[in-house]
Order: sequence, then structure tokens, then C-alpha cells
Amino acid sequence: MITDIAAWLLDPSNWTGDEGVLRQAWLHLLYCLFAVCAAALFAVPLGLYIGHTGRGSVFVVGFSNAMRALPTLGLVTGLAVLFRGSVALAALVVLAFPAVLSGTYAGVRAVPSQAVDAAKGMGMTSKQRLWQVELPNALTLLMGGVRNAMLQVMATTAVAAYVGLGGLGQLLIEGQTIGRYDQMASAAILIALLAVLVDLALAGLTWLLVPRGVTLTAANTGARPRGRRKQR
Amino acid sequence: MDELLRYFSSPSNREVLLEQIGQHVYLSLVPLLAGVLLALPLGRIAQRIGWSRAALLGTAGIVYTIPSLAVFVLLPSLIGTDFTSSLNVVIALTLYTTALLVRPVLDALEAVPTHVTIAATAMGYRPHRRFLAVELPLAVPALTSGVRVASVSNISLVSVGALVGTGGLGRLFMVGFERDLVQIPVGIVLTVLLALLVDLLLVLGCRLLTPWERAGRAVIAS
Repeated sequence: MITDIAAWLLDPSNWTGDEGVLRQAWLHLLYCLFAVCAAALFAVPLGLYIGHTGRGSVFVVGFSNAMRALPTLGLVTGLAVLFRGSVALAALVVLAFPAVLSGTYAGVRAVPSQAVDAAKGMGMTSKQRLWQVELPNALTLLMGGVRNAMLQVMATTAVAAYVGLGGLGQLLIEGQTIGRYDQMASAAILIALLAVLVDLALAGLTWLLVPRGVTLTAANTGARPRGRRKQR
Repeated sequence: MDELLRYFSSPSNREVLLEQIGQHVYLSLVPLLAGVLLALPLGRIAQRIGWSRAALLGTAGIVYTIPSLAVFVLLPSLIGTDFTSSLNVVIALTLYTTALLVRPVLDALEAVPTHVTIAATAMGYRPHRRFLAVELPLAVPALTSGVRVASVSNISLVSVGALVGTGGLGRLFMVGFERDLVQIPVGIVLTVLLALLVDLLLVLGCRLLTPWERAGRAVIAS
């Protein structure tokens, strides 16, 4: 079994060509990046606004909880038949949205109130507080939300191959159709590997983005930033 | 609308639907229970043994990053189950639930105030009994919020299992996509309702398990 999988993975003809691993992995990655970026484009400003003003926080919590319950396969097939074609990509954006939104919102809410008050006392305007105090302090949780979104989108892209979106999931489903377990398992390994690598890359990005000051404060005061809220 | 009526008026459809709901409940809730039972001792270990914390949380993070479809497909070759066996889904979701819950369990246990554990020790509780009788009950509210996330995520993930041939409401999406559109919305609505129902039961269960939470509030309020 293991040797079959290794043989499939080592066969160069499986890697090249239009249906090859390289192209499908690239597509897979591209879809995920697009979906998360598109979702972040709307979700981050909205989350910042809601976190900053406190307006509509009930909406965020209720909305992201309800979205979690949506079965991804249902969403993907539903959107695919509704709009035909590669609009399954829209399903990915829809799924990434709540994770980024609640991450951003939670990040802004978790900024120590002393810091915000101090900024107010120093005469910072509301806008300055948002950009110079709340956003940098919120980055850890915000990026946690982005990582969650990416994780979910990675998994859903694999599933979305069922409606013909392409990506590594297509190799898996094709393997199932033609009864080749070695191809299915190889595709599964590649899907898992890509997801873990992308998550690591995002962890690295978080490390780069979060200002040292925030990290140091958290370490010194023992204020452990709450772990990412997992959701899928 | 007519489509919906047509779908629900067929006795065979209703029969299949009921069976799939049953399957769905089984496939999502058995792993939930197993996951809680596994995560409790693991969280306890992470709390008590310093070096195990990073290892356990790190492993949990990696497990959770792996897409469900990949796990469903890889499990048979790792543990030798039959490829179409629903055991794959049960084990995969148990892994996810455990991975998801280790941190909430750890956080919940660490949130138990030190003076409470010291008082319990002074009253003669031995560590194991103190864990079961004092720390665990106090951790229930925080634990419940973790379990609620896990239950919703399990109920939504079971449908992915349909792609590898297990039952549950995910079947409706495949049948819907291939030939009978109306089954897709039916499946989505039923999955969401099921998730809401289980969530409600968990909240009620938490209230029943922690009567002191409300008692305290009443005293403060009066």
C-alpha cells in the first residue's frame, strides 16, 4: 500500500501536464489565496469598525456561529448549481468571511483598555487610536482569524473539486472514480501537506507583522494571547 | 415549493431522509463524546506536566490543520480499516474533536482559582478526587463553549464524509448535485437545524450541571 503511494508520488508523469500535481497544487493555492484575500478585504474593515465602535457586536457573534453550522459540501454544491461553473469559488469567500471577521473583532475587543485609555489621554483622535493602538495590538488575533479562514478554505477547496473547481481535490476524486487508491491517497497526502505548509507560512507572516512591542508586553505581563478559536 | 412538496410526499424519500438524519447524528455525536473523553485526560496532562503542554498543543494544531477529506482518505491505509467504512469518519472526527478541545480543557482547568484548589486540598481531597469533584465541575462552563464549537464543526464536517461513501445528510448534497436539486436546500436546512438543536441541548446541559452559577448571580442581584 505504502509502496504504491510512494510509486505514484515519485512518478514524474503524474507531476507535469495540464492535470498534473504541480498545476493542480498551484490552482489549489491560488483559489485559497484569492478567497481569503477577497474575504479579508471586506471582513477586516468591518471587524475593525465593529470592534472600534462596539456597534453590532451581537451580529458578529451570532453570524459567525450560524455560519459555522453551514455544511461546506452543501454550500459548494448549492452555489454550483445555482450559478453554474466555477462560482464555487464564491463559496470559499463566504466561508472565509466569518473567520476573518470574528478574528478581527475579537482582536480589537481584546486590546487592553488601559492602552486605549492612555492613547485617549495623550490626545489621540479616534482614528489615530484605531490605526496606531488598536490595530497593532489586534494583529495577533486578526492573523489567527486569517489562519482559521485559510484552514477552512484549504479543506473546502479539496471538497469543491467535486463540483469541478479543480485543484488537488480533483486528483483525489478522479482517483476514486477510476478506483485508484494510490492516486487518492497521494492526493490526500499532498492536500494535507499543502495545508500544513500554508499554515506555517501564515504563522511566519504573523510573526513578521506583529510589532515586537506587542509580543514583548504579552510575554512580560504573562497575558497569554488567547489561542486561535478553531472553527471549521 | 412544488419541488419540496413532491420530495416530501414520497414515502421512500422520507424514509431515506430519516435514516440519513440518524446516521448523521450517530456520525457526529459519537466522535464528540469520544473526543471529550480523550481531551479531558490530555488537558489534565498538559496542565500537570510542563513539557507535555507544548507537544500536545502543537500536535493538536497540526491535526486540526489537515483537511478532513484528506484524513478520511488516508485513515484506511494508516489503521487498516475498510475504505468505505464509516469508522473512518468516526475516528477522523474524534481526532478533530480531541485536537479542538485540548486547549479549552487546559484553559478551563487553569482558570480554576488557586484558592479553591488549596481549600479543597485542606479539606482532605486527594488530587484525583479533587480533580473530579472540584476542578472539573468548575471548568464545565468554559469546557461547554469548546464542546459547542466542536459539535457544530462535527455536524458540518460529517457531510464531507459522503464524498468517500459514508452516510449522513451529505448524501443529499451529492444526490442533489447529480439529479435532484431540491435535496440540497433540504440538506442544508436540516444540518443547520440539527446543529442548532444540539447546541441548545449543550447549553441546557451546562445550566443543569452548574446550578451554582445562577445561585451566585441571584445573590449578587438581590
